[in-house]
Amino acid sequence: MESPAMESPEGVAAALDGTGYLPDDGIATAAFLARRMRRPLLCEGEPGTGKTALAQALASALDLRLIRLQCHEGIDAAQALYDWDFPRQLLHLRTLEAASGGTLNAEEAESSLYTSRFLLARPLLRALQESPCVLLVDEIDRADDEFEAFLLEMLSEYAVSIPEFGVVEAPEPPLVVLTSNRTREVHDALKRRCLYHWLEHPGLEREVAILRRRLPGLDARLAEQVADAVQRMRRMELLKPPGVAEALDWAQALLALGTGDLDTEVAARTLGAVLKYREDADRARAAGIV
Amino acid sequence: MGGVDHTVGGLVGFARALRHSGMMCGPNRVQAFLAAVEHVDLADRSRLYWAGRLTLCADPEDLPRFDAAFDYWFRGADMPSRGQTSSTERRARSAALSSRDTEPGEPEPLATAAGDAEVLHNRDLADLSAEEREQLRRLFAELEPEPPQRPAFRHRSSRRGQLDPRATMRALLRTGGEPIRLPRRNRTTRARRVVLLIDVSGSMSPYADALLRFAHVVVRRSPTHTEVVTLGTRMTRVSRQLRHRDPEQALAAAAKAVPDFSGGTRLGETLRVFLDRWGRRGAARRAVVVLFSDGWERGDTSVLAEQMQRLRRLAHAVVWVNPHAGRAGYSPVQSGIAAAWPYVDHLVAGHSLRSLQELWWWVRRLARNRGSGWATTADQWGSRREGERGGAA
Repeated sequence: MESPAMESPEGVAAALDGTGYLPDDGIATAAFLARRMRRPLLCEGEPGTGKTALAQALASALDLRLIRLQCHEGIDAAQALYDWDFPRQLLHLRTLEAASGGTLNAEEAESSLYTSRFLLARPLLRALQESPCVLLVDEIDRADDEFEAFLLEMLSEYAVSIPEFGVVEAPEPPLVVLTSNRTREVHDALKRRCLYHWLEHPGLEREVAILRRRLPGLDARLAEQVADAVQRMRRMELLKPPGVAEALDWAQALLALGTGDLDTEVAARTLGAVLKYREDADRARAAGIV
Repeated sequence: MGGVDHTVGGLVGFARALRHSGMMCGPNRVQAFLAAVEHVDLADRSRLYWAGRLTLCADPEDLPRFDAAFDYWFRGADMPSRGQTSSTERRARSAALSSRDTEPGEPEPLATAAGDAEVLHNRDLADLSAEEREQLRRLFAELEPEPPQRPAFRHRSSRRGQLDPRATMRALLRTGGEPIRLPRRNRTTRARRVVLLIDVSGSMSPYADALLRFAHVVVRRSPTHTEVVTLGTRMTRVSRQLRHRDPEQALAAAAKAVPDFSGGTRLGETLRVFLDRWGRRGAARRAVVVLFSDGWERGDTSVLAEQMQRLRRLAHAVVWVNPHAGRAGYSPVQSGIAAAWPYVDHLVAGHSLRSLQELWWWVRRLARNRGSGWATTADQWGSRREGERGGAA
């Protein structure tokens, strides 16, 4: 029933590794247990620790489709779950009318309008219909409390009911990954339903490995210099400490310039790839990191 | 405690030890833990660790406690003494805060504030004659602070707004496909909760009466969506007292309920009590929180910073009202404000009636949409000045 990659945490680790995402023990166990226990996985951590990338890597490692729902304040059911395709319904009604020659049966017409033909599945409904798949609910901390409650209901049943249509149930629960940047507290009820994983920035060694894995042209020395500088930046009090994504951007910028060595002059020119606030750049310069 | 008990009893005992160290892991977390260990190799200590951490923890703050308990239970390390980990115990008792005195060498900020003659040069709520005070009371009674609104989850049919596809389709069916009526729908709005935290310590006492009056008007206007809490050396919830119709009676009841008028301030610690007792449970969740304080913090400001961070994560927006900010040349340098600064969405003065109205304008505006989470100090200061112009307009 399970793909061999999901037989053990080691299997997950190997599969993720194969897609270019280097997981640590925690991530591998989290993904493994989420799949096995059929529970959503709530990933929290600083921006840039690889929460969203984990969902993407899981989808490609398991050879499943990734369905993504980006949350925002005020997100509602029509954006998250389903909507009816109004223009097509209208055209259909016109066609029926023309064909019937003025003897349209309203009840029949109505029932023909509310079929799966005219149902626009938004991410959550699509995830239920197309399961097995990986459902990424990104930045749940941005949505409202009501949306969380609604999501909780859907995630415990893996089913939704649509008044005109009936119940849509997932044949097999999708693998759900929720991410949060902790701009606000996620509700306890939702946390209780999920496995909880707090992602840290990778250590020096793993970051070097990630850089070299993702950017094959990067030589070991430069990778180490970049990772070391980024690690030191994270220990400073910055407005926006760089994540792995920024480290990758920086290394890529250095590659594009054809630099072999991260010296002060090159670092100063490319600092914008890694630090996104003027205050942060000033602070890094003052601390002598670049 | 080196011997590892791999039975269910041993694992449940571990969960109990965690609860002892102050972590909130209820029965269903423990159940999830037991379910998780069925899927991993128990002999592998690292797998056991992750199975426990993924199911029993729910917050980054839980992690150090979990690590310590895990080391103790499964690796035979020393359990940290209860004195260090019993933060929940301390929290539970801190409703009546123990009186820890300020360091002997520390300058007394209250004295500095009181001696600061410059305050008296300002025409604000603090220095009005008895006659002007009486006039002000009448003006307060005329205020009608409209409750702030937030977008709700549902739509409602409306004359304006986007076309309502579902209703349009139904209308078409009734008229045989002729689009005679095009129903529209709009986002409904609901009142957003407001929490007023009023610092009633000595340095704020000239403003306490006026601020409580303001709070009374707000509570009367929207009783179910407003919470009022006073902070000083203790935390007191006065929402119920302020629901009294008559302002004088309401204020008298509130004054009776608050045991620590004109005392010292332990902003950080009282804020923690508020968040533990009310905030997390729902009062502050997604609310606009207004903190009236001058930011003279006697305690350790790291506590305040930590609690402000918590508050900011729970609340929709945090507005800090500092009466002293109305002074020319004010800059946020007091230790308390400086510590809380990164977690404040907006700073207003609130030293006069007009500035309180301006405050309300901001509360209503922030209730709809909070600014970007990454606003820098300079940005916020800039937007404050803009706000003054906006409020005056």
